[in-house]
Amino acid sequence: MNMDHTTVTSGVTQTDKRRRRTTELMIAAAGILLSLLLIVVGRTYGDYFYVASYVVLQFVLLATAWNVLGGYSGYVNFGSAGFFAVGCYTTILLGKLFDAPLAVCVPAAGIVAGLIGLGTGYLSLRLRGVFFSIATLALAVMLQTLIVNWSYVGGARGVYVLRPDTSGPFDSYVQLLAIVMCLMATAAVIVAVVVERSWIGFGLAALRDDETAAEAAGVPSLRLKLIATTLSGFLMGVAGAPFPYYITYVDPASAFSLAIAINTIAMPLIGGTATWWGPVVGALLLGITQQVLTVTISSAANLLIVGVLLVIFVAVAPNGIVGLVRKFRESRR
Amino acid sequence: MYVTWDLMANAIVAGILLGGFYAAVAVGVTIAFGMLDIVNIAHPAVMMIGAFLAYLALNTFGIDPMITMVILAGVGLAIGPFLYRGYHALIEKRGDESLQGLAFFFGILFIVEIGLVMTFGVDYRALELSYLSKTFELGAVSIPARMLIPFVVAMIMCGLCYAYLFYTFTGRTILAVAQDVEAVRLIGADPQRSKSVAFSIAIATGLVAGVLLILIQPVEPSIGREFIGRAFAVCVLGGIASITGTVTAAMILGVAETLTASLIGPSWSPAISFGLLLLTLAFRPSGIFGR
Repeated sequence: MNMDHTTVTSGVTQTDKRRRRTTELMIAAAGILLSLLLIVVGRTYGDYFYVASYVVLQFVLLATAWNVLGGYSGYVNFGSAGFFAVGCYTTILLGKLFDAPLAVCVPAAGIVAGLIGLGTGYLSLRLRGVFFSIATLALAVMLQTLIVNWSYVGGARGVYVLRPDTSGPFDSYVQLLAIVMCLMATAAVIVAVVVERSWIGFGLAALRDDETAAEAAGVPSLRLKLIATTLSGFLMGVAGAPFPYYITYVDPASAFSLAIAINTIAMPLIGGTATWWGPVVGALLLGITQQVLTVTISSAANLLIVGVLLVIFVAVAPNGIVGLVRKFRESRR
Repeated sequence: MYVTWDLMANAIVAGILLGGFYAAVAVGVTIAFGMLDIVNIAHPAVMMIGAFLAYLALNTFGIDPMITMVILAGVGLAIGPFLYRGYHALIEKRGDESLQGLAFFFGILFIVEIGLVMTFGVDYRALELSYLSKTFELGAVSIPARMLIPFVVAMIMCGLCYAYLFYTFTGRTILAVAQDVEAVRLIGADPQRSKSVAFSIAIATGLVAGVLLILIQPVEPSIGREFIGRAFAVCVLGGIASITGTVTAAMILGVAETLTASLIGPSWSPAISFGLLLLTLAFRPSGIFGR
């Protein structure tokens, strides 16, 4: 991104830029290392390892996507399952219509979900705070009703999806999906860093603190909000795109699932919403815990735990784990 | 499909009856959200608790839902102040309510829903009562008791809320809190107490609405979420803080839903409330009666 002309006006200094560059490189390196690690560890533990890693990484992506809007600008999106499902059903539709490969479906899913995100961005013109959140919830239910009544993509009964043949260097299709998800999550985190430390992030933070004051000070609020809602929607759509191939049978209940709706909000809030690493920490921690718990206890019980943790964190530690770590560091100084 | 006048008349009457029930659901949101600024999106969860308690009461203790309803209203009024105190201490006091409050109630909603799933399972539960299956015929229009009883109870409940808010001192301070907290202090009333009373009323109406729901249709834990949209749609459409607006808007929604269900198909009716909500929010955020 060419930022030269904004450098002076928006307070992004050379040091900030250099710091951002280093962070980006480190995340990219970490992502690639993690993909390699997945392959190495997966060799010994088999496909179940990929199945579990895919879900955790999908939540890293979703939590990061949610945070780009919710964390940075303070606009709470309750409809994340809707965006995810849009991505999911874009893949199904393109697969049915043109037999499109995953590499085409992912960007297409992102674009469709991004456009819906853009729409919600325009809604935010008139709706602030709570009303925006309720509108996103409304949007998710409308999308679900649409899908339930659209028999071409399976309707209420759902649809079976055949995985393509595994090709190239991959041992199995789940392995491919896990690595694709790992790379997408890494890219999303880098996007979040770029947004957070550029004029967009600073502008959004100003909106979060006081939208009216920010507008009065000349912050281009509509443009910023549109960027954030579109980007957030795009990333959520991307997260949903490989999902049909992952579970191979999609119905409205699994695409618009409870687990996605609650985790996408709980993970950033528990991790901490102000920085890019809060959602990552939250998603890894909660995601891995849930994977372990699903094996040992029921999946309903582990959603219950997420709900309880969310309520506790919101009530007691509103700045999440990031906030707790910061407080701990400051108290030691 | 050929549309007859009889079909239309039936759909409209059914819609008004259904709308009465929606008013019972939404009146709690109107009070908590509209008047107190408490974004209780967990209101449908309160409703589900009411519905399942009514189921338990009938099937284990043999208590008629009409009696359960009254008991639950009392229980709601009794525990409401404690719930409000908890919410106030944890969230409201911090001042930064919108995001945190939303996330808080969102969490509560899921805790209740999953808690109910774990205790009762995901099967549909219904009340088997002989008086519910009666139907009254009024010319070509048939009125099932299953719909009529909830409608009557809902209207009584909304009437009581209205009377309390407009004709008692505490009730009027609640209306005043909705407009200006400082002014309430100036006239010597305690805004905290008004809010606590109002929140208790909201909880009580939620529990009763739950009992009404299980009279109307079989219930399973996750259907509560369908009512978030309906309750908030009605509340916003009715002008957010108005009881009469809420009742009118609820009737409009009810009729819109039954007409859609009989003209297009019942699977589309969840979209109606949310569509109505989105349209209202986008074009007329002050509601139908707003200026």
